[in-house]
Amino acid sequence: MSIIIKNINKSFNQVIAVNDVSFEVKKGELFGLIGPDGAGKTTIFRILTTLLFADKGFAKVAGFDVIKDYKKIRSNVGYMPGRFSLYQDLTVEENLTFFATIFGTTIEENYDLIKDIYIQIEPFKNRRAGKLSGGMKQKLALSCALIHKPKVLFLDEPTTGVDPVSRKEFWEMLKRLQQKGITILVSTPYMDEAALCDRIALIQNGKILQIDDPKEIVKHFPTTIYDIKANNIYKLLLALKEYKHSYSVYPFGEFVHYTDKRDAFDTKELFQFLKDKGLNNIIIQPTETTIEDTFMELAK
Amino acid sequence: MKRFTGFIKKEFYHIFRDTRSLFILFGMPIAQVMLFGFAITNEINNVDIAFFDKSKDVTTQEIINKISASKYFTNKQIIKNDKEIETVFKKGKVKAVLIFDKDFSEKLTKENKTTVQIITDATDPNTANTINNYLSSILKNYQLVINHQIKHSPQINPETRLIYNPELKSVFTFVPGVMTVILMLVSAMMTSISITREKEMGTMEILLVSPIKPFQVILGKVFPYIFLSVINAVVIVLLSIFIFKMPVEGSLFLLGFESVLFIINALSLGILISTISSTQQTAMMISLMGLMLPVILLSGFIFPISSMPFPLQVISHIIPAKWFIIIIKAIMLKGVGLSFIWKETLIILFMTLIFITISIKKYKIRLE
Repeated sequence: MSIIIKNINKSFNQVIAVNDVSFEVKKGELFGLIGPDGAGKTTIFRILTTLLFADKGFAKVAGFDVIKDYKKIRSNVGYMPGRFSLYQDLTVEENLTFFATIFGTTIEENYDLIKDIYIQIEPFKNRRAGKLSGGMKQKLALSCALIHKPKVLFLDEPTTGVDPVSRKEFWEMLKRLQQKGITILVSTPYMDEAALCDRIALIQNGKILQIDDPKEIVKHFPTTIYDIKANNIYKLLLALKEYKHSYSVYPFGEFVHYTDKRDAFDTKELFQFLKDKGLNNIIIQPTETTIEDTFMELAK
Repeated sequence: MKRFTGFIKKEFYHIFRDTRSLFILFGMPIAQVMLFGFAITNEINNVDIAFFDKSKDVTTQEIINKISASKYFTNKQIIKNDKEIETVFKKGKVKAVLIFDKDFSEKLTKENKTTVQIITDATDPNTANTINNYLSSILKNYQLVINHQIKHSPQINPETRLIYNPELKSVFTFVPGVMTVILMLVSAMMTSISITREKEMGTMEILLVSPIKPFQVILGKVFPYIFLSVINAVVIVLLSIFIFKMPVEGSLFLLGFESVLFIINALSLGILISTISSTQQTAMMISLMGLMLPVILLSGFIFPISSMPFPLQVISHIIPAKWFIIIIKAIMLKGVGLSFIWKETLIILFMTLIFITISIKKYKIRLE
């Protein structure tokens, strides 16, 4: 096991940030912590990277205890905090060189590990880090976190504030790194990214809701979800909530996701109900369950 | 070691790329020395005065000439009647008026006694006092000359000799003070800001999750500033020698050694400040309010410690700047060696050790 967390608790002035969290991450696994802002993801990262003490419970990273062997952990992991935390007044190359030196290595030594990523920002190597775009900043930060060939990589919300194209590229890079045997713990508030992980933990208010393979998590969803669309989304939402058989209703992109209390039901009946409510252009169709649906269900 | 040099290299990048801190580092010392050296002075020069000569004889004319000829006073006006005295003061034309009694010369020879009145504008008490002293001494001098001619009447002649600064140049007391203030400001404020900047920008978080050790971070932060502060000290000493003709009677080596000691003292204070503040703003405020004011007001730089109320005198003992000012004055003006200032040196050394110990104890290896 690369990461072991057991019954970790952490509070800040009576506010419980992490509530009895336990999970394990296998060697070479890409594990995702999925949850909204304030769910406690960053606190878990900081406990694992030895930056914070847990109030209760114990944790091990790469075989080392986070309290006793914190020095060993610090030289064996790569950490990319949620906020861009490189030197803005240093150039791309100077930043990378600096992090290589403080980890006692050189860019050349581990160049093959960061090559895929660094090659994209290398044309800008003489530009100050503060002047890079969001996507390039993330690539540089990842290069800096990787330069010493860490055993475990901690990425705290690496794609927040990054454009969709760069986000996609970023996840492709993570997949490649994983193939090189690096264990990756990544957190994200984006549910669509969850599907790209080997396993995910859904977390809310400091509590883990479920841990599983993203496909399994979706499979275990109890009923069918329907995409419903009409000429007025707001009216539609109100109408669906009023419907006596409705179980859950929430907006999802251009559609509204709807589940029914009954195991099976006739969509025509619902169609008629909505029509009576004065809605037009109604579309009702069954859809595939996503992780977001599961999360909404679990968080209920 | 490679880690350490890498860290120092990074620090120099920070310093040289931040024009604001560069200006504080090198612009301010020069500007301050110039300001204190030229503009802020408590010597008097070319003070405008007026004479009201009721007697108009040889003696009074001689005195008036003598005073006007000195570089301290300029004869601005001859007053004709009593009313005019108030007008010239109110208009602010002159700082002092000298009034000779009627039949000045005659009284002096016949009665052996005559009076001259000095009226000074005391809206600025220090200047008034100085003017008074200067005028009195010119008159006294003149009296000595006449007495010499008469040759009897026993009297005590005080022979004063001012040593270490015979010309009473105020720049001699300002230069050590300015040097102290600048070294304190540059060293303490700049280090505390540069450490808290790492906290504020979040880079401290990454530094903590790396094999670099706390003392390497602190030394790496301090080292560039030792180097830059030494350059500053050298610039200030050179300016004071070549522009203000300040002597360096003692050994330059000792002066250098004491300066480095004081710089390290200020740097350790800077580290201490950075451990208790989490933003650059607070670090700057603490450095300015907590260090600058005591250094300027309580170190004996501007106000003599001996005339302070007792509680303030006690407080002045714990201000390292006070001891450093004593040391550099002693080295530059009196030319003493270490055997005369070892006590002050030990005090600074001791304070430095205390600051460093507390800083290391308080340095956080985690975020909490």
